[in-house]
Amino acid sequence: MTHAALISRESFVELGARERARALLDAGTFRELAGPFDGLTSPWLERQGVVPQGDDGVIVAKGRIDGQPAVVMAIEGAFQGGSLGEVGGAKIAGALELAAEDNRNGVPTRAVILFETGGVRLQEANLGLAAIAEIHAGIVDLRRYQPVVGVIAGQVGCFGGMSIAAGLCSALVVTREARLGLNGPAVIEQEAGIGEYDSRDRPFIWGLTGGEQRFATGLADRFVDDDAVAMRDVVAELVNAPVNAPVNAPVHAPTSDAARSERYDAYLQRIDQYTAHDAIHQPDPAMVRRLYGAQP
Amino acid sequence: MNASTGQQTSARGAAWLAALSHGAPRLPGYPPSVQVADVEAAGRAARLIAVVPDAASPLPRARHGETGLLEGWSLARAVHAAIDADRDSQVKRAIIAIVDTPSQAYGRREEAFGIHQALASAAAAYATARLAGHPVIALLVGKAMSGAFLAHGYQANRILALADPGVQVHAMGKEAAARITLRSVEDLEAFAATVPPMAYDLDNYATLGLLWRTIAVQDAAAPTADDLATVTRHLAEALADIDADPHRDLRSRLGGANRSATRAVRARLASQWQD
Repeated sequence: MTHAALISRESFVELGARERARALLDAGTFRELAGPFDGLTSPWLERQGVVPQGDDGVIVAKGRIDGQPAVVMAIEGAFQGGSLGEVGGAKIAGALELAAEDNRNGVPTRAVILFETGGVRLQEANLGLAAIAEIHAGIVDLRRYQPVVGVIAGQVGCFGGMSIAAGLCSALVVTREARLGLNGPAVIEQEAGIGEYDSRDRPFIWGLTGGEQRFATGLADRFVDDDAVAMRDVVAELVNAPVNAPVNAPVHAPTSDAARSERYDAYLQRIDQYTAHDAIHQPDPAMVRRLYGAQP
Repeated sequence: MNASTGQQTSARGAAWLAALSHGAPRLPGYPPSVQVADVEAAGRAARLIAVVPDAASPLPRARHGETGLLEGWSLARAVHAAIDADRDSQVKRAIIAIVDTPSQAYGRREEAFGIHQALASAAAAYATARLAGHPVIALLVGKAMSGAFLAHGYQANRILALADPGVQVHAMGKEAAARITLRSVEDLEAFAATVPPMAYDLDNYATLGLLWRTIAVQDAAAPTADDLATVTRHLAEALADIDADPHRDLRSRLGGANRSATRAVRARLASQWQD
């Protein structure tokens, strides 16, 4: 990228959730639903000494992308680490359900989810978990009709049950600032010990779970510069892609036209290759690229 | 449960799968940690699936019944095989997830190879089966924790649980949850006593409306003949309830006393949805 391009671009990562949603929608079409003035705050946080927020850290916005009806669900990483509680989780699940219903009624609403989340909000534990199950259900339902595009821009990343949601998306976009993993580094260190996973070793963690590695190993479909215009263009391309067309085959499976979450056989083969030879050795990023097939 | 205290394994999942399958053979083609059996249940074909401990797993962080890489993708294979087998059948076989999963697998191998994608495959498979018309039931006989439950059980049309202290649903073990929220375990337990979604026990969980039914049994760890008959009867009633339900989504879970905000959000979204 040239110096002039760096000066002129607008960072996407530095935008808040509401501004991110606005940046993806056609100019003048952004309309927020269940917003901060609708009185929908977490009923559980205050009694635990946490100040609730009017939008509960999730923005749902309807609008258009390249003229087509769209809903953008954006998680605000700055509120409680982007964690999902009852209200924020219900916003995403409910919006996905309504988008699927639109499609059953002939309205081709497509969806974009902006992940910036540690997963379940532990202060609302089981209601966050239940909402995430409903988000999974909503994605699997809607993606039959229209692409559900996930974006992990950074800097919180995408963890916990919402990393599973990312794995369900029709297509996934990451930046260099993104991280994607089921378990957060601190939790793995707590559960498995520092020898297994050193949560303070940033190069180690980024090497295994960073956006560049996830793209190179096919666990994400697009690797985008931190540029709001570039992000919008990539998202617009993906939400207009035909449903069920593979965007970035994660393991070489030339005959497969299935979504990534349907390619269990190909992944099992790769894990079998790993366990057949050297499961005793911990994998490094290069090994995963070899097994999963590096991008050029 | 952490690295220093060691882990106990639970045999409940295997025990209930053995009881409900009446000695039917395990289907081949799955790792030892994923047991699959096809049976007749309540006059209907059913596929039983359980994740069980495998002390010899090649993946050392998934030897105590955790749902890991092999388990996630193998669950997907087991469910999709049932979908494919019934593709042209009017009556789809039931799929019964027997849930006794202490956690997802926490480890370096797991993150490196994308355990989130493995669990996504499993969740997608169960959701796809449900949408295709298979009655999907989760039977909670032990722990149903976090990502493991999301991958194996939480996409079911109906969730049934044994009424037993060993049956727990939660997002994270207490020690890790305390560390992540910068609290002591004692503080966490104090909140759990007054905040129903934070509680670890089944009675509080039931107030959230996510369980279709709880089932009293004599021995949740080693089912008696009476227990087997009781659970079989409840499974049959769950199947009938699903068959009578015109909807294949998860809306039957939204009615809980302690889930009013969930309903308020959906009502507000629906009222504002149309442009």
